[in-house]
Amino acid sequence: MFRFLLKRLALTLPTFFALMVITFMMIRLVPGDPIEVRRGERGISPERLAELRHEMGLDQPVWKQFADYAWGLMHGDFGTSIISKTPVINEFLTLFPATLELAFCAMLFAIILGIPAGVIAASRRGGVYDQTLMGLALTGYSMPIFWWGLMLILLMSNTLQLTPVSGRIDLVKYYFEPVTGFMLIDAALSGQKGAVLDAARHLVLPTIVLGTVPLAVIARMTRSAMLEVLEEDYIRTARAKGLAVWRVIGLHALRNALIPVVTVIGLSIGGLLAGAVLTETIFSWPGVGKWLIESIGRRDYPALQGGIMLISTMVIVVNLIVDLLYGLINPRIRHGH
Amino acid sequence: MKFKTLFAAALLASTVLGAGVAQAKSLVYCSEGSPENFTPAMNTTGTSLDAARPVYNKLVQFEPGTTKVEPGLAESYDVSADGKTLTFHLRKGVKFHSGVNGFTPTRDFNADDVIWSFERQWKPQHPYAKVSGGAYDYFNDMGMPDLLDSITKTDDSTVVMKLKKPNAPILANLAMDFATIQSAEYADYLMKKGTPEQFDQIPVGTGAFIFVAYQKDAVIRFKANPDYWGGKPKIDDLVYAITPDATSRYAKLKANECQVMFAPNPADLAEIKNNPDVNLLSQAGLNIGYMAMNVQKPPFDKVEVRQAIAMAVDRDAILKEVYQGAGQKAKNPIPPTMWSYDDSTVDYPYDPAKAAEMLKAAGVTSLDTDLWYMPVQRPYNPNAKRMGEMIQADLAKVGINAKLVTYEWGEYRKRMQAGEYQMGFLGWTGDNGDPDNFLAVLLGCDKDGKPNANNIPKWCDAKFQEDITKAAEISDIAERTKLYKDAQKIVADQVPWLNIAHSTVFEPIRKSVSGYKVSPLGAHEFQDVDVAE
Repeated sequence: MFRFLLKRLALTLPTFFALMVITFMMIRLVPGDPIEVRRGERGISPERLAELRHEMGLDQPVWKQFADYAWGLMHGDFGTSIISKTPVINEFLTLFPATLELAFCAMLFAIILGIPAGVIAASRRGGVYDQTLMGLALTGYSMPIFWWGLMLILLMSNTLQLTPVSGRIDLVKYYFEPVTGFMLIDAALSGQKGAVLDAARHLVLPTIVLGTVPLAVIARMTRSAMLEVLEEDYIRTARAKGLAVWRVIGLHALRNALIPVVTVIGLSIGGLLAGAVLTETIFSWPGVGKWLIESIGRRDYPALQGGIMLISTMVIVVNLIVDLLYGLINPRIRHGH
Repeated sequence: MKFKTLFAAALLASTVLGAGVAQAKSLVYCSEGSPENFTPAMNTTGTSLDAARPVYNKLVQFEPGTTKVEPGLAESYDVSADGKTLTFHLRKGVKFHSGVNGFTPTRDFNADDVIWSFERQWKPQHPYAKVSGGAYDYFNDMGMPDLLDSITKTDDSTVVMKLKKPNAPILANLAMDFATIQSAEYADYLMKKGTPEQFDQIPVGTGAFIFVAYQKDAVIRFKANPDYWGGKPKIDDLVYAITPDATSRYAKLKANECQVMFAPNPADLAEIKNNPDVNLLSQAGLNIGYMAMNVQKPPFDKVEVRQAIAMAVDRDAILKEVYQGAGQKAKNPIPPTMWSYDDSTVDYPYDPAKAAEMLKAAGVTSLDTDLWYMPVQRPYNPNAKRMGEMIQADLAKVGINAKLVTYEWGEYRKRMQAGEYQMGFLGWTGDNGDPDNFLAVLLGCDKDGKPNANNIPKWCDAKFQEDITKAAEISDIAERTKLYKDAQKIVADQVPWLNIAHSTVFEPIRKSVSGYKVSPLGAHEFQDVDVAE
């Protein structure tokens, strides 16, 4: 197990380096200059432009900029945002818990509903349940996120008044300083009456919106994996032994069917962390997705580079954990067979 | 186990605490984004300026809802006969906010704070000049370094500002946010603590509201300043809920999660108008969207050609389709809400037949040209591409073949300024409500007859230049008005650009809100606002 871990860790190093080069280069290939973009109609004199570019180190040759950036990264320095003049790592750490909290809830929502839906659909193959569930999954998968979010707000918040429109907590009723950055935990720590419940209510709609696509993917994946496993000899054997249906499906079949599902879940987590942009925008969720998109618009090179590197690190770590989880689910991988 | 104990303790605490809290009067403003920092002198975006404004004051300020300059931290001011010396008599007994970031002021606001605030932007050797990046765009853009000769105090409550040349618009400049007065004592306190950059992140001012907390992309909190020199605000808590998407902003307003909101989505306007709980306030924006013609490039050097083009473009159609009614057709370069606006200007009618005739008379039978449109949405032009397509079609009808061109936004503006285009769109949003801020900045030239950087058409006219130069030097408003009206007549006749539209600013507020005024300068201000329970 330890050797397996070491091997996987060693494999991540080239990935990191490639990421570093790619993010650095890609950002600089986008036309536009952080100073010019900020100035709008007003413009800037060539002298002042040169002065500012010098201050930001943008007048250095690209290889030198890259070397400085790489040197900083190796020392844990992710740079300083051109716009806010604060260290990128500070901005990231302020915003990341919000993204993580939402991604976690969305994933939980997707798993809790998706796996049973897939199992039910597979065990009733071709039946009404199967067709309805898979139809819904296809709809969910192809749903335009922005539209879906706004529709839910209109229905749930404006018409039925069941959930708040956006934000993470009622800003008038509750006020406490963030401790962990996870609103549910901070609300509990604050001790203010009703804060946890209010934070949970704020999570409902963004969770549904962000969780819809992974829910659909997990449900479809579980179904097809289950169908494959249910054809296997050992299932027939289990049935022949006269085991209860739920035991056959729940223990024998599902456990084996979960391997591809876990892969999908692992891959979707990466997507959730990085791709929550639309959900974060609709629900005014102060996370990293929106921050990165704004940084592109402002050509905030350090924020983009640092942010992408940090998110990539998370994704790599998650994938590593997923790889290790395989071992737990399937002993064959653990033992290197 | 540990968590359970914690949870139980939290529940207990909440019941005890929750019981004793009285409901304070709060107003939530759904703002658009996070500020870059809280020092207005270093910012140029409305979002950042809005975030700092509740905390601060200036020597003079704009009367809410207008561009009229009124006294602020200066109780009164005198301008010397030669127009070169301004003396500000400061308000006495004004206190800086106490208790923010561990700072307790030991003295009242005085002349040192005024000098400190201007010198930070002006003198490179100032201890704070380089803190937080130290870029003071507005101070430089408004030409302050060329204007200021000295700022001194004669006593603690008198500041004397000497100018190198008389300049009437400077009072309007001083009412702009970059001229905010900050606390020299707070700056010293932080410098001694070794955290000067906090000066721009945790603001301490003299304004109507005291800064409480800011969480990036989530919320900015302020509370009423009980000692405010202008009287304690009517609301106790002011909360900016950062809500980037315009449609969800309106959804929040509908749900009463906020009571005032930043710009709505144009598509929602019809519904907002019909919402019984919401007042839709509107005001003509202090802006101009135009189509410039490069007068240095033939045939646009001929005034008849420019006039013909003005008649070839169907601007009513553009107003309807591009602005969707949220704008008004422009006939002058300055908006009608600005003083000295010349309403007697006769606009060019849409007359393609006449336009074709004039072009023919000018010897232009078939013309291949370019038409530049910006790649981004701007306040004065919601959809430049569509506008470009419409004008392209209009021009085709009079025998002009215009090729649409665009670049990345920064590049676009740079090339427009360099005069690489023949025809192209740009626009302007006013800073201080003074006509000089439009006419001189956008159409002015220097002493040698070289166009200013922002003079996109590269048009210089001796009489026009004489008018606006003189108008900037005298302070008599009636006299200035006469000069600016004359200048507008020259522009109308010479058509260096085709005035297209002034866009309208909309601000929906809940009916429970009173005392809120839409600022023509795009500011959002809450010191006079009240909200019914």
